[in-house]
Amino acid sequence: MTMMSEAEGVWIFSENNELTLELVSKGKELANKMQTQLAALLLGSDIQSQAQHLIQYGADKVLAVDNPRLKDFRAEPFLSAIASVARQRAPSIILIASTRRGKELAARLATRLETGCVPDCTKLDLNDQGNLVAERIVYGGSAMAKIAFHTKPQIATIPPGTFEKPTPVAGRAGQIASVEVQFEEPKTEVAEAMQVEASQTKIEEARIVICGGRGMAKKEDFTMLNELARLIGGQTGNTRPLSEDRKWFSEWVGLSGHKVRPELYVGCGVSGVIQHVAGIRDSKVIVAINKDPEAPLCEVADYVAIGNLYEIVPALIEALKRELKSG
Amino acid sequence: MPRIIVCIKQAVDVTQIRADPATRRLITVDAPRKISDIDKNALEEAVRMKEKLGGEVTVVTMGEDGAKTALREALAIGADKAYHLNDSLFQNTDTRVTSLILGEAIKKLGQFDLVICGETTIDSFAGITSQRTAERLEVPLIMYARSLKLDGGIVTAERALEDRNETVRARTPVLVTVIKGINEPRIPSLMAIMKASKKEIIIWNAEALGLSKEKLVSTLEITEVLAPKMERRKIMIKGENPADIANKLAKALIKDGVVGK
Repeated sequence: MTMMSEAEGVWIFSENNELTLELVSKGKELANKMQTQLAALLLGSDIQSQAQHLIQYGADKVLAVDNPRLKDFRAEPFLSAIASVARQRAPSIILIASTRRGKELAARLATRLETGCVPDCTKLDLNDQGNLVAERIVYGGSAMAKIAFHTKPQIATIPPGTFEKPTPVAGRAGQIASVEVQFEEPKTEVAEAMQVEASQTKIEEARIVICGGRGMAKKEDFTMLNELARLIGGQTGNTRPLSEDRKWFSEWVGLSGHKVRPELYVGCGVSGVIQHVAGIRDSKVIVAINKDPEAPLCEVADYVAIGNLYEIVPALIEALKRELKSG
Repeated sequence: MPRIIVCIKQAVDVTQIRADPATRRLITVDAPRKISDIDKNALEEAVRMKEKLGGEVTVVTMGEDGAKTALREALAIGADKAYHLNDSLFQNTDTRVTSLILGEAIKKLGQFDLVICGETTIDSFAGITSQRTAERLEVPLIMYARSLKLDGGIVTAERALEDRNETVRARTPVLVTVIKGINEPRIPSLMAIMKASKKEIIIWNAEALGLSKEKLVSTLEITEVLAPKMERRKIMIKGENPADIANKLAKALIKDGVVGK
């Protein structure tokens, strides 16, 4: 497919508008390098105020598809709308937030446009040929791969929390273009849907993460980790086996679960398999509390405390109470 | 009776990969291969469905010669037929090309009720080939199923999205991706392994699928794969007893400025 050059060369999209905002800064950086504009795609019903919002946050342009059929997310109407806008305007790059819906959409869109799609990119830049180069974790966290695109549009998905939202500028000017598209009907039917109560704070946003691993003997022992977390303003998390094998929790920290990058990560009885480490790698300071000095987490930690976590963690709580009071 | 197709991948066992510490390059040549974890859940789900409803399970893989061991294992687990998509043109494919190959193979297999895939593979962890394959086949797609039912030509799956749990339905044929938690894959018996070793594996190359070299051009190029730099201080906190260790750790964390802000 030959692509004509257009003013809005870099597009950003998420079905969750808050996540679209996280893509603004990176999108803008790429657009500037390409001497083009950043356009935010906005799909929904009654979306005028959201369009203004996107412009305040830095989009040069909003491509809006405003239609009652887009009130709730359904893959086929959204997909057909985006594919239709992309065929009309031929963007160079489309960045999509890696939600579960976003990954469905990005991959299917890439197929319809016969182009490449790289999911879950943590870094993005342009190479000398002006093509997008994306970096992502592969081999269960054993490696980072750099992948260059050849075809356009270049579709990449970005995990939530990878980039920060910019500061909005009230009254910032930008263009809102309303786009007419063809819709496909949904191919699946949602028979039942139950809203999941979002946990009060997301572990991705926690400044400190206290993580329990297989060294934790009972679920009740998390009281101790919770106390430590409360004391220093953190949140507790757990490794995958505690959820998958022991069924204590429904979620976990790691490559296949929540990826975190707090200021401080404390692994309590966490062995540190590569998939877990891949999910905590960008933490500023990593502490391993483990009875086994050979545990892989000790190899990637800043501080290693070897011993019984049931003795060290309570002692750490006491020590921190004392130090924080006197400090 | 349902015709079910399962797509599997023989992947490098990522827990067995080492990196050269000097160059950070991965040493994967001698790392063992296995059926990618969640693909086994996909296969298990298909075999259970067959055991309940009758029908037939066909397993398909794209890969080099060695990938036939994955197909043998799948036959031992309970697949009835196995297809190996193997051609020198199928090397270093991106998800566009892989889905094209899988799509053509599935079309060639004829009518089906369900294609079941794992949500992602352990090696690339991309999780996008299935969606692309569903697009090729122009069938409904249900992703991230944690339960799956087929009844009277209707597929029903429960799945969790970030903000809500859904029960999704679609009329067959449907492509479904499943998550690891959907079942506990069986370990085949020795008898089943013996029987599977005698079954035929059908090989299809690019020509058999009507795919020319021109159609198999990758849209992407992997320019670098390196182990990440992990430059950590690895300071061993030593002490007389747990209290002593804890004291030193507390002081170090406060000094680093990560506690007590």
